[in-house]
Amino acid sequence: MNIPSNLKYTKEHDWLEPLGDGTYKLGITEYAQEALGDIVYVELPEVGDEISAGDTLATVESVKAVSEIAMPFDCEVLETNAELEDEPEKLNVSCYETWIAVLKIYELEEVISAEEYEELIK
Amino acid sequence: MYNKLIFEKSVAGANKRKLFNCDEKTVPEKYARKAKLNLPDVSEVDLVRHYQELARKAHGVANGFYPLGSCTMKYNPIINEEIASIENFRNIHPLQSQSDMQGSMEVMYKLKEALCEVTGMYDMTLQPSAGAHGELTSLMMIKQFHESNGEGYRNKVFIPDSAHGTNPASAAMVGYEVVEIPSTDGGFVDVKKLEELADEKTAALMLTNPNTLGIFERDIVKIAEIIHKAGGKLYYDGANMNAIMGYVRPGDMGFDVMHLNLHKTFSTPHGGGGPGSGPVGCTQELAPFLPNPSIKKNGEMYEFEDSDDSIGKVKSFYGNFLVNLRAYTYILSLGGKGLKEASENAVLNANYMKARLKEYYEMQSDGYCMHEFVMSASKIKDETGISALDIAKSMLDAKIHPPTMYFPLIVKEALMVEPTETESKKTLDYACDVLIDSAKLAYKDPEALHNAPSTTPVKRLDEVGAARNPILKYTEE
Amino acid sequence: MTSYVPNTDETRKQMMDVIGIKDTEELFCGVPGAVRLKRGINLADGKSEIEIRNIMRSLAAKNRTYKSCFLGAGVYNHYIPSVVMDVASTQEFLTAYTPYQAEISQGVLQAIFEYQTYICALTGMAASNASVYDGATALAEACMMTRTNNRKKVLISKGVNPEYIKVMDTWSRYAGLEMELVDIENYRTNPEDLKNKLNDNIAGVAIQSPNFFGTIEEMDEFEKIVHENKSLFIAVVNPISLAVLKSPGEYNADIAVGEGQSLGNSMANGGPYLGFMASTEKLIRKLPGRIAGQTTDSEGKRGFVLTLQAREQHIRREKASSNICSNQALNALTAAAYLGAMGETGLKQAALKSMENARYLQKKMNEIEGVETYQKDIFNEFVVKIPCFIGDLDKKLKENDILGGLYLGENMHLLAVTELNTAEDIDEFVQIVREVSAHV
Repeated sequence: MNIPSNLKYTKEHDWLEPLGDGTYKLGITEYAQEALGDIVYVELPEVGDEISAGDTLATVESVKAVSEIAMPFDCEVLETNAELEDEPEKLNVSCYETWIAVLKIYELEEVISAEEYEELIK
Repeated sequence: MYNKLIFEKSVAGANKRKLFNCDEKTVPEKYARKAKLNLPDVSEVDLVRHYQELARKAHGVANGFYPLGSCTMKYNPIINEEIASIENFRNIHPLQSQSDMQGSMEVMYKLKEALCEVTGMYDMTLQPSAGAHGELTSLMMIKQFHESNGEGYRNKVFIPDSAHGTNPASAAMVGYEVVEIPSTDGGFVDVKKLEELADEKTAALMLTNPNTLGIFERDIVKIAEIIHKAGGKLYYDGANMNAIMGYVRPGDMGFDVMHLNLHKTFSTPHGGGGPGSGPVGCTQELAPFLPNPSIKKNGEMYEFEDSDDSIGKVKSFYGNFLVNLRAYTYILSLGGKGLKEASENAVLNANYMKARLKEYYEMQSDGYCMHEFVMSASKIKDETGISALDIAKSMLDAKIHPPTMYFPLIVKEALMVEPTETESKKTLDYACDVLIDSAKLAYKDPEALHNAPSTTPVKRLDEVGAARNPILKYTEE
Repeated sequence: MTSYVPNTDETRKQMMDVIGIKDTEELFCGVPGAVRLKRGINLADGKSEIEIRNIMRSLAAKNRTYKSCFLGAGVYNHYIPSVVMDVASTQEFLTAYTPYQAEISQGVLQAIFEYQTYICALTGMAASNASVYDGATALAEACMMTRTNNRKKVLISKGVNPEYIKVMDTWSRYAGLEMELVDIENYRTNPEDLKNKLNDNIAGVAIQSPNFFGTIEEMDEFEKIVHENKSLFIAVVNPISLAVLKSPGEYNADIAVGEGQSLGNSMANGGPYLGFMASTEKLIRKLPGRIAGQTTDSEGKRGFVLTLQAREQHIRREKASSNICSNQALNALTAAAYLGAMGETGLKQAALKSMENARYLQKKMNEIEGVETYQKDIFNEFVVKIPCFIGDLDKKLKENDILGGLYLGENMHLLAVTELNTAEDIDEFVQIVREVSAHV
């Protein structure tokens, strides 16, 4: 399974790409998109939303399942990927190129490396 | 001509139903509708043919075997329909005076009494429209009970991981925190775990018994004791009541409040998804909290009565009366002994199918089941790639409605089979043969199963496309 | 005794042999003896079909129906075409379950899809679900749809049917959605009171038109007030009236709900009915309950499935916005068959005739000395003050086989008519009122 080594991961199967200045791109991993199956809808947050640790950032729906992306840290939504409104399937097709939101993360907690993530999903 | 929507059959002027001469100027300009109405214009004969065509593309209990687990698709007696069509039941306005509807009220009262006897409950409301509605009502009552005792802090509801999805959804709706109880290997409630978790915050436990694996919770007395000791209430999900009528009653097992599905256990037709009826019964302690109004007998007269402690109304008027009327007709037809006979044969039929199929599918419980059983196709899936879904679809070609698939969630490749008591051995044998043939075919010619069904009006449908780009109504091109 | 068990002692014996038991009692060995019901069910023995007919017909005879009906208040005695009853009793529709297996349920699914189209056509909204329990629960579900993290209260006009308000009151006390009522003045929702009660905690506002008292409300005006506050606007509507009155879509409602009983369903002593729910495109994924959608099969042929299921309780479990799983499919089918049978002309005739009858009755009532009416813009229902003892009026009406209106207290009556009330019926009713009020 593809787990790019330049990314960081959460235990909830999300990837984070550092953009500098405490900002990160967030998406879901290959493991997550495979588990969900054909993704049909993504409920995106509003730009400017403040998300507290433990709260839901976005909801990803497939035909027979739904997954809430909960944040293990406090963050603010800087940008969302509007492309997903019309083409949610991009999360299936190219999960690491397709981001869901750009976040300002105040303190990066509960985040693991690619190796650790690989171990987690074994 | 065929495979068209009614809107595509429309021809301007074809509908010649003439009722009155009217003047559109009656409507003040300010309030008048300007938007087009877009109703189809079809003759009566075309309308009749349209629905006959749709009927040919539907499958009910009247068309063939329907062993849909957890749904109790038993035969819906025709006499029930005749009774429900009697003018003096159908054409009563719900706000007529109580003296105008004494016949209906007698039906409601006697139905309530009979259901209390079957379940061992003290009192009952007929107001909820369906099982999920009954669950919600029950949880509101439990919440009200705790609050009236000054124990509004109780906020935990225990639900086994094998439960119906409505259980956690109903608990969440009234603001309770859902605590999932794992099942043991045998599919029972993990009593040790429950004992650890039950505390002063316990509001209730929601339980189906027999559970969704079709087995009876043998530790029910102990479970009730644990919850009651913690000060919580036991709620019984009556979805599986068809297994136990005349053998054991929820009231005697220690349940405090429960719902029934009259459209399952008491033979009222499911109507393609409703209307149902989900009466809620309870102990004397909880009775003051039942929805308003309740029905009482005062001398020879039946009366509606409101209670100050009631949770209030959960639906307009008195419930789905014509559904309740059918259920009462059924109870009168069968009588006490007949209801027990129904449960006895429901359990016999399920065990017969289980015995015939156990060599071909992995049964999820040892020993005897109750009125339904869960089997898994995961060995077939691993060895041939054929899934429970493929097997289900192949049954469609044999004119059998498949079992419930992929439920309970704790079983992989689950098929949940509930034959009901109204099926003959011949029907059960036919269905077993079909299921056995499919299991064998999975090894010989998996491709044939992947392509099933082949005889239905449509082949497998693109559910992903439907959800990605929802088309929820017809739009003229 | 009636039995629907087809197996004989002989076939039962064969089945027990395969299972390996001598007696079905063995199958119940998992039930602890301590809780077993040893005495059996204490109910009378079953009856034959002949006995059942006699018993149930004599029970029905204890109910009373009337030659003509002036009672409405949310449930109406409209004309039902013969063909509608026939469609609704078709065994294939009657005895099917929720269409989980789409391939053999295309008939049911297409019927739901057509029902959704009809509801969108009537309401002018973008999407409809497959129906909910009744008008009252439809309003409660609509209120739940409006709730957001920041807005947790709804306003409901006192012009909304009191049965609905009672149900919503129950919901609000347990489901964490606060509710407050907006006053009415002269049987109209008071816009000033609405403005006073709006604030940034108000998620939605529900107004009924024609309201419970029969007044056609100023929905255009309310829409502006509600949307200015960034709240959602819920329109509670009478589906028959939509043939001629402005649709919720035309005045930008966000959600339209109502009682669908009058669309071909009999009054049935209170149920089963159906609640219809329609919304804008934006709110589709917040609609509760079943929804049918169009798709294609593996050979490209058009077909229908239950869709957007990730909203529902069987997938979302405790995260679901509603716990509903049953709809009122058969009542929705009935409503669809009704709209198909009536068509645009038929439905307009029913609506206009009801409206004309109401105006005629109102005019006639006004001519009686001491009798007062109050409303100008009505559909098929209005309030009237009849200065007489309610018992006298009731008695006289019953003697003449007439079902009077809803008594609101203090000599106030809510009278409703439909296209089924003939001019003679109305004149007879008026004559009785004239006689009774003259005696006071």
